[in-house]
Amino acid sequence: MTDPRRPLLIWLAAGAAGFVLVPWYAQQDGVFTFGWVAHIAERESAPALLQIISHGRGWLAPLGLILAAGAVAAVVPLGRRARANVLIAAGAAGFVAFFAQGFAIGPTGWSLEWLAARLPPLPLGQPGMGLGAALVVTAFGMLFSLGLAGRGSFRGDPFVAAGVVGVTALIAVFTFFPVVRILVSALQDSAGLFTPAALPDRLFAAKIWGLGCVGGGTHCGVAWNTLVLAFLCAAASTTLGLAFALIATRTDFARKGLLRVLAILPIITPPFVIGLALILVFGRSGLVNQLLEHLVGWQLGRWIYGLQGVLVAQVFAFTPIAFLVLIGVVEGVSPGMEEAAQTLRADRWRVFADISLPLMRPGLANAFLITFIESIADFGNPILLGGNFGVLSTEIFFSVVGAQLDQGRAAALGILLLLFALGAFLVQRAMLGRKAYTSLAGKGDAGLPTRLPDGLRRLCYAIAIPWALLTAAIYAMALAGGFVETWGRDYTPTLRHYVQAFGIEWTGHGVLWTGAAWGSLWTTVKLSAIAAPITAAIGILAAYLLARQEFAGRNAFEFGTLLSFAIPGTVIGVAYILAFNVPPIEITGTALILVVCNVFRNMPVGVRAGMAAMSQIDRSLDEASTVLGARGFTTLRTVLLPLLKPAVVAALVYSFVRAMTTLSAVIFLVSAEYEWATTYIINRVVNGDYGVAIAYCSVLIVLMLAVIAAIQWLVGERRLGRRAPGFASAGIDELGGSAA
Amino acid sequence: MKAAAIEFRNVTKRYGQVTAVADVSFTIGAGTLVTLLGPSGCGKTTILRMLAGLELPSAGTILIGGEDVTARPAALRDVSMVFQSYALFPHMTVLENVRYGLVVSGKAKSEADERARATLATVGLTGLDARLPSELSGGQQQRVAVARALVLEPSVLLFDEPLSNLDARLRRQMREEIRDLQQRLRLTVVYVTHDQAEAMAVSDRIIVMDRAAIAQEGAPRELYEQPRDAFVAGFMGDANRVRGVLTRRDAARADVRLGPFTLSLPHAGAPDGDCEVAIRPEAIEIRADGNAPLAATVRKASYLGQLMEYTLDTPIGVLFAISIAVDRPLAVGASVGVALANHGVVVIPDTTQRR
Repeated sequence: MTDPRRPLLIWLAAGAAGFVLVPWYAQQDGVFTFGWVAHIAERESAPALLQIISHGRGWLAPLGLILAAGAVAAVVPLGRRARANVLIAAGAAGFVAFFAQGFAIGPTGWSLEWLAARLPPLPLGQPGMGLGAALVVTAFGMLFSLGLAGRGSFRGDPFVAAGVVGVTALIAVFTFFPVVRILVSALQDSAGLFTPAALPDRLFAAKIWGLGCVGGGTHCGVAWNTLVLAFLCAAASTTLGLAFALIATRTDFARKGLLRVLAILPIITPPFVIGLALILVFGRSGLVNQLLEHLVGWQLGRWIYGLQGVLVAQVFAFTPIAFLVLIGVVEGVSPGMEEAAQTLRADRWRVFADISLPLMRPGLANAFLITFIESIADFGNPILLGGNFGVLSTEIFFSVVGAQLDQGRAAALGILLLLFALGAFLVQRAMLGRKAYTSLAGKGDAGLPTRLPDGLRRLCYAIAIPWALLTAAIYAMALAGGFVETWGRDYTPTLRHYVQAFGIEWTGHGVLWTGAAWGSLWTTVKLSAIAAPITAAIGILAAYLLARQEFAGRNAFEFGTLLSFAIPGTVIGVAYILAFNVPPIEITGTALILVVCNVFRNMPVGVRAGMAAMSQIDRSLDEASTVLGARGFTTLRTVLLPLLKPAVVAALVYSFVRAMTTLSAVIFLVSAEYEWATTYIINRVVNGDYGVAIAYCSVLIVLMLAVIAAIQWLVGERRLGRRAPGFASAGIDELGGSAA
Repeated sequence: MKAAAIEFRNVTKRYGQVTAVADVSFTIGAGTLVTLLGPSGCGKTTILRMLAGLELPSAGTILIGGEDVTARPAALRDVSMVFQSYALFPHMTVLENVRYGLVVSGKAKSEADERARATLATVGLTGLDARLPSELSGGQQQRVAVARALVLEPSVLLFDEPLSNLDARLRRQMREEIRDLQQRLRLTVVYVTHDQAEAMAVSDRIIVMDRAAIAQEGAPRELYEQPRDAFVAGFMGDANRVRGVLTRRDAARADVRLGPFTLSLPHAGAPDGDCEVAIRPEAIEIRADGNAPLAATVRKASYLGQLMEYTLDTPIGVLFAISIAVDRPLAVGASVGVALANHGVVVIPDTTQRR
């Protein structure tokens, strides 16, 4: 047995290094370029200790003292319990002191008015915190966790304690804090003054809740637009999804493989590709318009722009998600029950109407709510096809980036959108909680699913097949668009757009990446590749804690991990700008904020995939490992992770692909230096440069297919004689896949 | 091996409103095999899991080898467990499974392998080191699970319904092997089962649990022949419960009037007057010629191969009886006589009805 104090000493050393060795504040050109080494004594890059001694930033001193107190507790002989209590106190005090100084003192001195009014002015302020600060606050968190474990919380397991404390702290900083910040912003005017009276005006403005369109004439409010669109989209997507799911499971349809392709499409497709393709087909100079004008002389003009266009695009985009949810539900209806009904003299219609459909009802509601949430969170399709039809997500965007530049209004709209999404999310969770219907437990469920009655089967075909053909046509069009000169005017085949975007030249000095898109593509791939393993690690860790550990506040913890899924991307984007544009955490415009945003937006997928997989692994395996002397970390590493391989792969693939295709949040966070592929494409579309946009989309789709195939091939799957969940359904069943 | 004694002092385990184990105290001697026996939900598995450290008691003290381990986490207890599902790690080979505990506790790989192989030999499993658990038969998996627990030379070895996944024939063989191993290595073993026959076959002592509390504990024979209450009488084999009248007691025995019979039975502390009597099926002697004190009519008859089962209507109640006279079966409706044997009829002292 090694010294049980070893982890404590290691983390104290890390904290000390953060305090005396590396810069306390964020470095302009990034801390890992090590440009600061030459300027270690200067005000911008000095470690905390030097800041206190030579730069008059004495408010950092308590942090050092608290760290020292922890070190004393580690070395002096103390009882186990007494040491634990000291560590808890030091960790908690450190946390409080750390954030107190961070929020109280800004770039120009006191950042809170009531402090400035009561205390003498500070000679200098402080910029955003950097690596040193991060190390020290991590050390405080570890002191706290080790103290808790020492007192016997979390069954005395330091790894579990640190996991819970760490994940909680990260969610608090990167999910709750921005959301709280957006709430505060809604109460401030553009000068930052506290004006709660403005909130009702902002929340109930006619532009949001107006009903002008009912009587004909002017537009309806964006809130109504959002809700109507979401209801229509959810109803249509769920109906279509059910038709596909029934065909896949309850008919002799020969091409079921094609349906699986349909299921994977939304995962790899950037969210606005459908919208783009619709413009090519039905837009002003789209194929259909031109054909009709040519044949019968009708001028359709801009008819696709508006509710109808957004709705069609969203139904295309989200039907596969409804299909994925419903295929699990339809498969989950126990054939045994249907066979029992048949033996009780029910014909196939009665079996379907009395048994199968009622058993699927919770699943249908679930699919409806998921597509509902996807629709209200969607940003790409409304911004492309909305025209004058505004929804909340686009309205938020224009409040921030447009001529209005009204952060308070953006925040208020964000709150409204958040309330809609959270409301639907909570209803969905509550319903999942009671889904006692589906019966997969089934030992002895060897029966065959009952075939659909003929009439219903024909109906399903009649709905699904034209839609599938249309989907194929849309995708084909989207790919073809990149190979013609100018869509709508000149259909001469060309590779011009690909060369423009992805041109490469060989010179004497090597390869020259001349294409305009390379910069954003590399940024996207690189940052997504950084974010994916972090997302997967945090997600699987949280899943392990949730599925395998009992601790107080477990339900709140679960809610926190899943919350960010319910927050629409535009809201997260605005919230991140508001929260992280100023010290103490000033990371806007950096690559870090893009990574962080993707990690915390996609983490719920990792959590769900991990929990779903862990629920298939018998708990007695962990217990056997524990009884044989392994602590939490060893058990997770040696027993669970090897068995969780498919879930790990799923989490990796999803977080990478979702990061690559995300638009709504990153559009607020990109900078000139760090541009995202999707925002680059949107900008090309806005400029009418469809050729390059479509070429880029095609490259993304092919790239992501290749990545998925490569990861699957590299990681492989280990056969254990028991069924492992396939990656196509893991995690997505409750969450839905596309990054809106 | 250093077998250790176990003591539970007033241990209680609550899950919210539900009390799984209520104020239970017992001791288990070093080197003995003690079975926790009871119906599902009686708290026996919870006791086992508290012993392993997988659950922590809500109140009370647990001692192993005289040492208070109540708050000690499972990984730090000198206890091993064989799980109902075996819980073999499906991604590790037989050898990797068995040496896991040694590797985790920091033993060198060569030593771990050597000890793992030796333990596998002890349980009679050689040459399968490189197999995955899914490639083994049920009995072999069981042996791997036992070897994995044994290799740490724990001071206490726990078995949680280890035979419930085996077929009947293998079950008998494995329980004999477990008993044999325990005797050979002088292990302290705590064994959980709901199968009364299995408990009686392997145990030095049995603790019968009912609804979160101990109903009775003792040697197998003691529990079968002197059940303290109707629950234990019924759980330790079949019992016909009939009303009798207790008269003329002395220090140990009393006369019990049971319809036409008057039997001299140990009164076990039951008061004079009405009492409850349990009659084991094998104590009932059926006489086809009707020449017996109690007249009876055969209501049901079942042929089980090595014996016959009968349900009899009698003036003292419906009796369930068995007979080895398979070659001379009685017809349903036949009138017969019933006599009682000297053993297998007991007075139940505790008539405060437990259920």
